[in-house]
Amino acid sequence: MPYNATPSAANRADRFIWRRKHLLGLRDLSREELLHVLDTAEGFKEISTRSIKKAPPLRGKVVVNLFFEDSTRTRNSFTLAANRLSADVLEFTATGSSISKGETLRDTARNLEAMGIDIVVIRHSAAGAPHLLSRCIDAAIVNAGDGQHEHPTQGLLDIFTIRELRGDLKGLKVAIVGDIAHSRVARSNIWGLHKLGAEVILVGPPTLMPASVEKLPVTVCHDFDAVIPEVDVMNMLRVQFERIGSTVFPSGREYSRLFGLTMDRLKRARKDVLVMHPGPVNRGMEIESEVADGPNSTILRQVSNGLAIRMAVLFLVNQAAALKEGTDKTP
Amino acid sequence: MTTLLTETEITALLDKLTEAIAADCPTEYGEIALIGIRSRGELLACRLAERLARRLGTELPYGALDITLYRDDLEQAEPDRQPAVRTTEIPFDIEGRFIILVDDVLNTGRSVRAALNALADLGRPQAIRLAVLVDRGRRELPIRADYVGMETTVPIEQRVNVFLQETDGRDEVVVE
Repeated sequence: MPYNATPSAANRADRFIWRRKHLLGLRDLSREELLHVLDTAEGFKEISTRSIKKAPPLRGKVVVNLFFEDSTRTRNSFTLAANRLSADVLEFTATGSSISKGETLRDTARNLEAMGIDIVVIRHSAAGAPHLLSRCIDAAIVNAGDGQHEHPTQGLLDIFTIRELRGDLKGLKVAIVGDIAHSRVARSNIWGLHKLGAEVILVGPPTLMPASVEKLPVTVCHDFDAVIPEVDVMNMLRVQFERIGSTVFPSGREYSRLFGLTMDRLKRARKDVLVMHPGPVNRGMEIESEVADGPNSTILRQVSNGLAIRMAVLFLVNQAAALKEGTDKTP
Repeated sequence: MTTLLTETEITALLDKLTEAIAADCPTEYGEIALIGIRSRGELLACRLAERLARRLGTELPYGALDITLYRDDLEQAEPDRQPAVRTTEIPFDIEGRFIILVDDVLNTGRSVRAALNALADLGRPQAIRLAVLVDRGRRELPIRADYVGMETTVPIEQRVNVFLQETDGRDEVVVE
């Protein structure tokens, strides 16, 4: 049979009820919830391959993209995902809006809600902004990145991509390399990967490790070359020049010499190692062009999978909102 | 719980459906393909494709259609039930083909309506015919099947459940 939906995955999905009206972070999710999002996303991949790239489950719903921080791909990905599910999308950007006139997040959200919206996709520079929003309005909230806290859909799409290519997360060794301290992508990956049984190794200079790294379910290594031969996945984080001062490492060249993924380093990795990057790529800094465009790179696959994950998330939070009882578990 | 169809009876009905489809497959239509509605319809489509291949002496493509995104009851979700999205896997272009849509039980007609809308988003087949193992009546939409294994009337509060070897370890149709 050509079908890859195993009876066990199908049975699991049949019994499961998704109750979260908000997706705020992967730290809150159980293993079963994570698997349910991944399984659901499998069903959304096909939509993007058709000539009519649209399905009707969110017809008549309004999704607001509420972005207080710059974003190109996450925002476009959410917009396209919502469009493909037939929702109407309202784009809201902080610059040129009432935010620049001093309106608070709460007031902005309440005003939007008065227009009759169903789902808010929010990106904000303050950790916890999506949580605050989920407590003051009725709409379903999806976190599209909050400060240095979480970026759950990026974590999910990274994990989805690994599972797609490796089948199972259990026992895999995943190195997350670079600026961990400022990375919400790293944090979401850590929680998700850990719950699904992968081993996470954080690699980077001590100055770019988060403050209480010992409390995370990870091992830490400051020597990239020591880690390379033993890992199944290398997730190369972007060096976030806009967030960090010049004091954390002496120079870009020094960073790239110690932690950049070069062809030379790739040769010492497993032949089938997956090279991931959440984008946008600083070519020649954290990753060499030849590696980013090479056969081990999953960068473009991550972007395609991001659409499927975001469609699944929008669909699921809407499904939870439609549940009759007030069964939402999130605070 | 009463048995509506035994394994032997199911086999006989599949033979009957195979004959009806084969007799009716006009050559002026495009190439025949079977598409089953997940999850039991998909298994029946697979079985019918094998039988038809033997009967017609040619391989027939078949696929599986998930209709969750096209259901009309997504907003009426009950607290203890939630339809799960699965994959649609149709490894061929439906454009211009003669499609046999397959489901296990025809009841309100709402699943078939959803399937027709889903198919319309995948392309424009030459024609679509509907084959079902059991037609239990009680239609809520103007839909009928072209090939029916068995017609029966079952009280509204009862369910017709189809068990198939591939996923359930046995072939049986029960009313419960």
